[in-house]
Amino acid sequence: MFGDYSLGDLGAIFAMQGFAGLILFSVYVLMALGLAIIFGQMGVINMAHGEFMILGAYVTYLCSGFFQSNLPALFPGYFFVAMVLAFLAAGALGMLVEWALIRHLYKRPLDTLLATWGLSLILQQAYRSIFGAREVGVELPSWLIGSVQVTDAIEIPINGMFVMAVTVLITVAVALLLFASRWGRQVRAVMQNRVMAGAVGIDTDRVDRATFGIGCGIAGIAGAAFTMIGSTGPTSGQLYIVDTFLIVVFGGAASLLGTIASAFSISQTQSTLEFFLSGSTAKVLTLLGVVAILMLRPQGLFTLKVRR
Amino acid sequence: MKLPTLNDNPFMKPMEWVSLLLLAGLILVLLPLALDSFRLNLVGKYLTYAFVALGLVICWGYCGILSLGQGVFFGLGGYCMAMYLKLEASSVENTRIQSTPGIPDFMDWNQVTALPWFWKPFHSLPLTLIAVVAVPTLFAFVIGAAMFKRRVGGTYFAIITQAIAAILTILIVGQQGYTGGINGITDLRTLNGWDIRTDAAKTILYFVNGGLLIACILVAQAVKRSKLGRILVAMRDKEDRVRFSGYAVASFKIFAFCLAAAFAAVGGAMFTLQVGFMSPSFVGIVPSIEMVIYTAVGGRLSLFGAVYGTLLVNWAKTSFSESFPELWLFGLGALFIAVVLAFPNGLAGIWRQHVEPRLSRKPKSPALPAVLPHGAPAE
Repeated sequence: MFGDYSLGDLGAIFAMQGFAGLILFSVYVLMALGLAIIFGQMGVINMAHGEFMILGAYVTYLCSGFFQSNLPALFPGYFFVAMVLAFLAAGALGMLVEWALIRHLYKRPLDTLLATWGLSLILQQAYRSIFGAREVGVELPSWLIGSVQVTDAIEIPINGMFVMAVTVLITVAVALLLFASRWGRQVRAVMQNRVMAGAVGIDTDRVDRATFGIGCGIAGIAGAAFTMIGSTGPTSGQLYIVDTFLIVVFGGAASLLGTIASAFSISQTQSTLEFFLSGSTAKVLTLLGVVAILMLRPQGLFTLKVRR
Repeated sequence: MKLPTLNDNPFMKPMEWVSLLLLAGLILVLLPLALDSFRLNLVGKYLTYAFVALGLVICWGYCGILSLGQGVFFGLGGYCMAMYLKLEASSVENTRIQSTPGIPDFMDWNQVTALPWFWKPFHSLPLTLIAVVAVPTLFAFVIGAAMFKRRVGGTYFAIITQAIAAILTILIVGQQGYTGGINGITDLRTLNGWDIRTDAAKTILYFVNGGLLIACILVAQAVKRSKLGRILVAMRDKEDRVRFSGYAVASFKIFAFCLAAAFAAVGGAMFTLQVGFMSPSFVGIVPSIEMVIYTAVGGRLSLFGAVYGTLLVNWAKTSFSESFPELWLFGLGALFIAVVLAFPNGLAGIWRQHVEPRLSRKPKSPALPAVLPHGAPAE
């Protein structure tokens, strides 16, 4: 499969595909971060995670339209406002869902899966009724358009770089939040031993709600970032949900580092294979590889050593 | 309280015999008399999903393994049958105009010039009938052995089966020349020379389907009431205790999963025969989860409930999506949530709690065991 390319070509191909993989990686990481918090820390399977992401994307779309028609002077910076709004909208919806639905089902993880699947169907149909079945795209401000020419064969799109920068920022923020803040300590305490955490005075119900809300909020940011590189439709979220779950499981459910490592390896494998094989074969091979590794090592790449 | 031993237990309680007779009467007598042949064929199609729902009752309700990939086994069974029918439909005489006569038309369109090796066994009807059940069951065995031996269960298992459903769909769609791609295998005509497209043939197939369904219910009932069935329930509720008592937990789980796969495969094959095509849209994630909801609506602990649940959800789907396509997804979503939150035992639970006590004048029967009794391990 490499036969027809010279060594220099191969280098350029790997660099370009590597970069395309990095953009995919960014979306995966943003999606998986929220999921890892919810699934890894709380053990809840949120099948509607993709729909929370799409909510963020639609909020960004609305923001872009609003700034374009009402505040054209501030248009170049609208994306930052949109990101905050996307986080708030998805987070608020997340907390509502936790209150109405999830908190009744903590002892029945398989049932949360079905209930959140139902939720995702409702949200999809709601998006379809409100925004229409056609995919929508946002208008990019001029400074995000174009690309940087590195060499003759390699050029890097600016919006891709921006998405990656956002990803790095959010990842650092989540890591700080989980490992350096009071709230993070509480979340980890509740995860490791719910009863004991309650006994030492942590309000576990509130921690759960906040955790779920923040997980969904991050999905909203993922959606906002997603609009930079693709268009949004009512069912776009569903395309990513299986991949994202595999990433979280593959990385080791409770490990942030594992999530990032597995998102990186999966996205890079997929985008490199995509160049040489057809898209569907690349995807099948990647997923098969992941499932095969999971069969050999069900606990995932990284495991948190916890005494239970 | 003294638990009844197995020997005291009849194969089915009188009430269950009545339920079975009622169901058989509905499927084999009432519906064929009441419906025209188009609607009857539609009901036949729904009933093929009931095979999957039955398997899920054993696998999910009794053994606690939620598989989100039952569509895989339904699809594999259906594809095995479709491959046989397609080969029969693409005889050399029928496909004279192709550049390579004697191979299925979609292969010809995709520049495949020889029949691939894995299509060859499907020239023979006996081999096909064996493959319909054997291929999905073997596949389930491989998945089950790999997962359960390593004590992967619960949500992890659900996610991985879902991924397998996604992989198989992408594979079928991607390998158009070998599988017919997104359109699936269409234009099926005869089964061993017998035209399956006529109304008379469809009616006969409907009865075959109904008979097979009753047979599968009896098989599931036999499993359910045997010692094996009790171990399955014990495993669901306290897996570690069963393991410490010396049972090979993994083997029992593999058995339940394989049985569910075999049921699904029979359903898939009957689907192909009655509907006349098979496509990847019955394999993927969405149909697989929908099949779980049939079981959940009917009652995950009730074999008869699963059949009624399947019929009811599909009937609702057809009539809603005919008249209010927008509302259907809202309704289906709300159904998922309502069943999980308010009626974890589904229709059968409602029946047992509210209707049955009034039918029998006897003192109130003990409440149905909760779906997950207190302290079930949250994996």
